[in-house]
Amino acid sequence: MRQTSLFDPAFLRPILAFLRPILIDAAKAAGIATLLTVFMVGIRTVDNPQGLQAEYRFDDVFTAVAIVFFGRIALSLLSGGRVLAGLVVVGGFSAWMLIALLTVGETGIGLLPKPFASTVVCWIVTLAAIGFSLRGFFLLTRGDKGAPAVFKEEGALSLRRMTPWIGAALILFAFVMPWFDFANRRIMDMAVLVLTYVMLGWGLNIVVGLAGLLDLGYVAFYAVGAYTFALTSFYFDLGFWVALPVCGAMTAFFGVMLGFPVLRLRGDYLAIVTLGFGEIIRVILINWWWFTGGPDGIRGIPRPTFFGMEFRRKPREGEETFHSFFDLDYSSVDRIVYLYYIILLLALITNLFTMRMRRLPVGRAWEALREDEVACRALGINPVNTKLTAFGLGAMFGGFAGCFFAARQGFISPESFTFIESAVILAIVVLGGLGSQIGVVIASILLIGVPELFRELQEYRMLAFGGGMVLVMVWRPRGLLSHRDPTVRLFKGRRTKSARPSEGTA
Amino acid sequence: MNKVLTIENVQTFYGHIQALHGVSLDVDEGEIATLIGANGAGKSTLLMTICGDPQARSGRIVYKGEEITGKPTYEIMRMGIAQSPEGRRIFPRMTVLENLQIGATILGPDRFEEDLAKVYELFPILKERERQRGGTLSGGEQQMLAIGRALMSRPRLLLLDEPSLGIAPLIVKRIFEAIRRINEEEKMTIFLVEQNAHHALRLAHRGYVMVNGRIQLTGSGRDLLANPEVRAAYLEGGR
Ligand SMILES: Nc1ncnc2c1ncn2[C@@H]1O[C@H](COP(=O)(O)OP(=O)(O)O)[C@@H](O)[C@H]1O
Ligand SMILES: [Mg+2]
Repeated sequence: MRQTSLFDPAFLRPILAFLRPILIDAAKAAGIATLLTVFMVGIRTVDNPQGLQAEYRFDDVFTAVAIVFFGRIALSLLSGGRVLAGLVVVGGFSAWMLIALLTVGETGIGLLPKPFASTVVCWIVTLAAIGFSLRGFFLLTRGDKGAPAVFKEEGALSLRRMTPWIGAALILFAFVMPWFDFANRRIMDMAVLVLTYVMLGWGLNIVVGLAGLLDLGYVAFYAVGAYTFALTSFYFDLGFWVALPVCGAMTAFFGVMLGFPVLRLRGDYLAIVTLGFGEIIRVILINWWWFTGGPDGIRGIPRPTFFGMEFRRKPREGEETFHSFFDLDYSSVDRIVYLYYIILLLALITNLFTMRMRRLPVGRAWEALREDEVACRALGINPVNTKLTAFGLGAMFGGFAGCFFAARQGFISPESFTFIESAVILAIVVLGGLGSQIGVVIASILLIGVPELFRELQEYRMLAFGGGMVLVMVWRPRGLLSHRDPTVRLFKGRRTKSARPSEGTA
Repeated sequence: MNKVLTIENVQTFYGHIQALHGVSLDVDEGEIATLIGANGAGKSTLLMTICGDPQARSGRIVYKGEEITGKPTYEIMRMGIAQSPEGRRIFPRMTVLENLQIGATILGPDRFEEDLAKVYELFPILKERERQRGGTLSGGEQQMLAIGRALMSRPRLLLLDEPSLGIAPLIVKRIFEAIRRINEEEKMTIFLVEQNAHHALRLAHRGYVMVNGRIQLTGSGRDLLANPEVRAAYLEGGR
């Protein structure tokens, strides 16, 4: 006549056996979190009149450790097949945080207490929790153990079919965007910035994404382009449109010059040499002061003109300005919108060029080279020439972007061309999914646009940046859109034309 | 008979390690020559040395009367030699069709359709798999793709490195049948490297046996198959 009670050991044992590894795991994670946070979060130095003093914030440490502890349990439950239980934990936490954050009123106190004083930190934690909840939710609705739907083949397939349409819609939107009301000066400035990085990303994508050459010094070509324009305008009085092809030719030349000695290197070695090249260019720009202006840079770089007409309030002697010619009221946004269209066109040209190249033998050889260099050589492909074209063309587009950058800023100095720029451009390419054109756009918006919108986050931006990268690498280890589109799409009867390796040989 | 390929006393090194100790052999126009040998004997090294990657340190390699020793690989491959390398080395992320297109890089587009049709006729499964990514093919299909890709450059000398490696016996039979057809119908000279001595020697007009970087035995395929040494080492206990 036994009755199973909740406290009956026979009933508890399997639960304990199930929970024990999870708890031990969570305790370990909490231990590590303690070690990490106790000094970095727990102690803060403040500058007092009496000197540097330590301020203790162990309550924050405690909260952080608690979040890690329960978060780890939730994760174990999620991945251990107990999706519902895990979902309850992370979902509940997300809900709590959202309520706490969204109900904060004038008084600064919401319906529920926030675990951290800093709103920014709270948001980061919340977004992570929401991410996990979504994952749990997908797992639950899909009913299988794999990744959520969008990450799966069928999901990806339907997404893939949409890609051309998404692309077309994005381009259309990009063209009409300046006419919308929300496109104020700040938004347009940001859009120009994002598009510059889209173009740089597309340029670097030729080198890294298609040809598989890890280039950590791409900013060097950006710098060469910018300085070529600045210097030719300074010494020879060239305008933007004349200088643009000069910049492209110059950087392509630099790309080939650099590529020649280093392209026999592979992978990491190539990366290190290109990294060095990027730094060398910057150091030369700083030290060759009597030619490049050194650390002070170059000012007074001319803005792009519209068929010779400038965008300024008052025309120079005997010249007409854009607004007077078209009988418009002067608006400072006009100039930004004009810049926006220039960079949009430049970026689209980069994109079209790349897409076209992929269909030509050279472009296909780039991709083949990335996959297997030995096999390529065995098929009669000359790896050095093939890589050089990729390097030179990638550099050329970097140079165009640099030329544009100089014209937009009106002032350049070596400080704009530090390693972090290379890193960001590379991050855009990698995050977007090597070789994916739309991925670059999405990654640029995420990495450049969003942080720009959240300028208030200030020093937390890099933290969020890093966190975002980690999340992407966890969930999309091959980049946001790692899919590679075949260069030939087969429709019956159309193959004869499109399937040809097109005119000319590599 | 015209000699398509003559190899004279070739020595190849990997760093300090010598892989080929003075190899000499001939391949005649229109024949299937087979090289068999145990794992690590240097068979792949010999095929790669013909292609100039790695380069022979000494000795001469003559193709159709022209010395190709010391030429860069991509030049050698443009002279009418093609290889289906060991481990197949197809481009896994590219589709079957794209793989074949890359095979035709040096020829250009003019005769692509014609050659494609020939390859598809030889390996009909490739046509079915046309849009599939190379990496998702089965081992046998990948091997067919590797051979097809090599054929796309219209070689006069086809080098095949262990086409039966890791492939189901039934498919191996089909692949060897295709090799025979290429040889007979296209009059293509084939230099076949194999560990699967039984199939390879039956196909071969001429056979070589390599041991530790040296050619130890030469003879017609039939003779080698009957040779007790070969039988003991490569056919009965050896495999
Ligand atoms: N890339 C390499 N570096 C150093 N040694 C190599 C390399 N490739 C092959 N070898 C060595 O050369 C010898 C011949 O190898 P290989 O030609 O691949 O033999 P097989 O194709 O007959 O199996 C082996 O001893 C192998 O270890
Ligand atoms: Mg081998």
